[in-house]
Amino acid sequence: MTALTAIEAVRTALDEALAADDRVFILGEDVEAGGVFRATEGLRARYGERVIDSPLAESSIIGVCIGAAHYGLRPVAEIQFADFIHAGFDQLCSEASRWSYRTLGDAHLPMVVRTAWGGGVHGGQHHSQSIEAYYAHMPGIKVVAPSFPADYRSLLHAAIADPNPVLFLEHKRTYRLFRQEMDGAPAETRIGKARVTRQGGDLTIFAYGLMLHESLAAAETLSGEGTECTVVDLLTLNPLDRETILDSARATGKVLIVHEDTLTGGLGGEIAAIIAEHAFEYLDAPIRRVAGPDIPPIPFHHAMEDFFMPNRDKIASAARELAAY
Amino acid sequence: MAATRATRPPRSQKTIDEYLLSEQQLEDMYYHMLLARKLNERMLALNRQGRAPFVIAGAGQEAAQVGAAMALRKGTDYLAPYYRDLGMNLVFGMTAREAMLNLLAKRDDPNSHGRQMPSHWGNTARKVVTQSSVVTTQFLHAAGIGLAAKLRKDPIVVMACCGEGSTSRGDFHEALNFASIHRLPVIFFVQNNGYAITEKNEKEMAVEHVADRKRAYNMQGAVVDGMDAIAVYQTVRPAVDEARKGGGPHLIEAKCYRLWPHSSDDDDSRYRTKNELEEWSLKDPIKLFRERVESDGIFPRGDLDEIEARVEEEIREAAQWALMQPDPAPEDALGFVYKEL
Ligand SMILES: Cc1ncc(C[n+]2csc(CCOP(=O)(O)OP(=O)(O)O)c2C)c(N)n1
Ligand SMILES: [Mg+2]
Repeated sequence: MTALTAIEAVRTALDEALAADDRVFILGEDVEAGGVFRATEGLRARYGERVIDSPLAESSIIGVCIGAAHYGLRPVAEIQFADFIHAGFDQLCSEASRWSYRTLGDAHLPMVVRTAWGGGVHGGQHHSQSIEAYYAHMPGIKVVAPSFPADYRSLLHAAIADPNPVLFLEHKRTYRLFRQEMDGAPAETRIGKARVTRQGGDLTIFAYGLMLHESLAAAETLSGEGTECTVVDLLTLNPLDRETILDSARATGKVLIVHEDTLTGGLGGEIAAIIAEHAFEYLDAPIRRVAGPDIPPIPFHHAMEDFFMPNRDKIASAARELAAY
Repeated sequence: MAATRATRPPRSQKTIDEYLLSEQQLEDMYYHMLLARKLNERMLALNRQGRAPFVIAGAGQEAAQVGAAMALRKGTDYLAPYYRDLGMNLVFGMTAREAMLNLLAKRDDPNSHGRQMPSHWGNTARKVVTQSSVVTTQFLHAAGIGLAAKLRKDPIVVMACCGEGSTSRGDFHEALNFASIHRLPVIFFVQNNGYAITEKNEKEMAVEHVADRKRAYNMQGAVVDGMDAIAVYQTVRPAVDEARKGGGPHLIEAKCYRLWPHSSDDDDSRYRTKNELEEWSLKDPIKLFRERVESDGIFPRGDLDEIEARVEEEIREAAQWALMQPDPAPEDALGFVYKEL
């Protein structure tokens, strides 16, 4: 296999899953023609009626996948933009997340909802948002947000194999950011494991999605200044990998959490609380967060969008202050 | 009860043309309607005694429920019911004991083991789809099951149920639209009982009949007298057969009446008159059924008394038994949030 972009990795995983298991099918808007991001390009020709255009109705996409998963198929739903998933919130929150719980596991839903999220693409108010916090708040649903192409491939396989509903978040800016070599079969991966992407003794940065790459860039800059950062790619946002979070926080004593999502009620609060509750004695500085400001995300004009988005410079300057504390 | 049954020859299994049902099926129909009503009566009594926190019943809708459910194939077809559908669940195999376990939120209630309110049905083995309190979401689940069955080429039918008020929600539209686009084997069965809690039909819709909307989806449909179990069966059965053969979804509206308040917590004197109630009580579907089969000479007068006795005994025993069954332990609240790999 050659080097793949993230979107190619997604397409590859879908192709592999459709080929391996005839219970797998895709349902979403425009997927027969390949989808607006081309994630499903070529799949209709190869898998026919298992790649299905849905009407423009998000509650349908999710609700129908619930029924099909209950029947024993393995639906992979595509919600074109994460900003439009909320019409299906009820189906995820009131139904999918409780299916196993309310039947004591007699019934369960092996389904995946893929969706494109994130800012930095001039998408304005409704093609830019971070939606993870709403959905990571639901016990019963797993939320995954990769940032490297190889993880897109292996985690999408893990999501399809998982017997539970998985919300699979694909950051639009990571789709074509760079290529990654992927030889042979996808790596064996478990949902629920974070990864230490860079090791350093001075402080830990927790991030996911596009912000993971921005955090790595910031860590590189800081390294040139003599400050070494650990960078943790969270990968799964629900359930969080508490062990890796706590190990890294304890090892460096200083913690910076980065997300594009707005500050209040964002996942940073939960991560900070986990560390404050269980690693308080190890901390050498207050926990810092770099996040979007508390305004309805994201204003369209590029100057305002840049103002909204966390980036490597904002992360580096917060990290510098934290290192100096 | 086996002993009482043995005292007379078994009912004929032969279909009576005029009914599309056999003597045996007609007896089963009566039995299930009566069992549903009498269970609901006992449940309400337990509520008034302070032994059951909440009752939501199907009184007045037994003919619609039993007539429609009998048109499905037990063990093959799927049911996505709503909270009043005790009658449907009984046809699908729920026992009086299980109904009582459910009412009392006992540990062994097969529906949700005390995790949901009473009358939130679900039994995966019997192909009853687990249901929440949120109305109409199950319409999309039914469409999804229909889509899956179509992809697998399985000749099954799904029936989704709700009340007429619930048809105002977006998921109703989305499900009918989706099912019709793909010509899925789904029967959307709406029980129009005149009220959505306090709201009459005209506050829920500007059309006269829910089933008028079939045209908007280019699907088949019908309005049927929901107080007449035989008419319901005769309407639903051909629709089920057609859907099974790939004929696409149907929207069937059964006109019935909610003979009781919305729930054990509701006082219906706030919004409807005694007169109205009395008029509808004359059309009690269980009474009407018995009068018809007796006056048509299917069963000699008094012949069905035996069923009444059987139902009474079954319920008495079930309630007594269920009250003694274990409650869930507090920490049973944990677990099964995720299905293990
Ligand atoms: C989405 C949603 N909104 C509100 C309620 C509260 N509620 C429960 S039953 C009901 C009325 C439903 O009326 P209808 O669909 O006609 O069914 P019926 O109770 O008459 O059988 C309402 C408003 C609910 N359960 N779900
Ligand atoms: Mg009603």
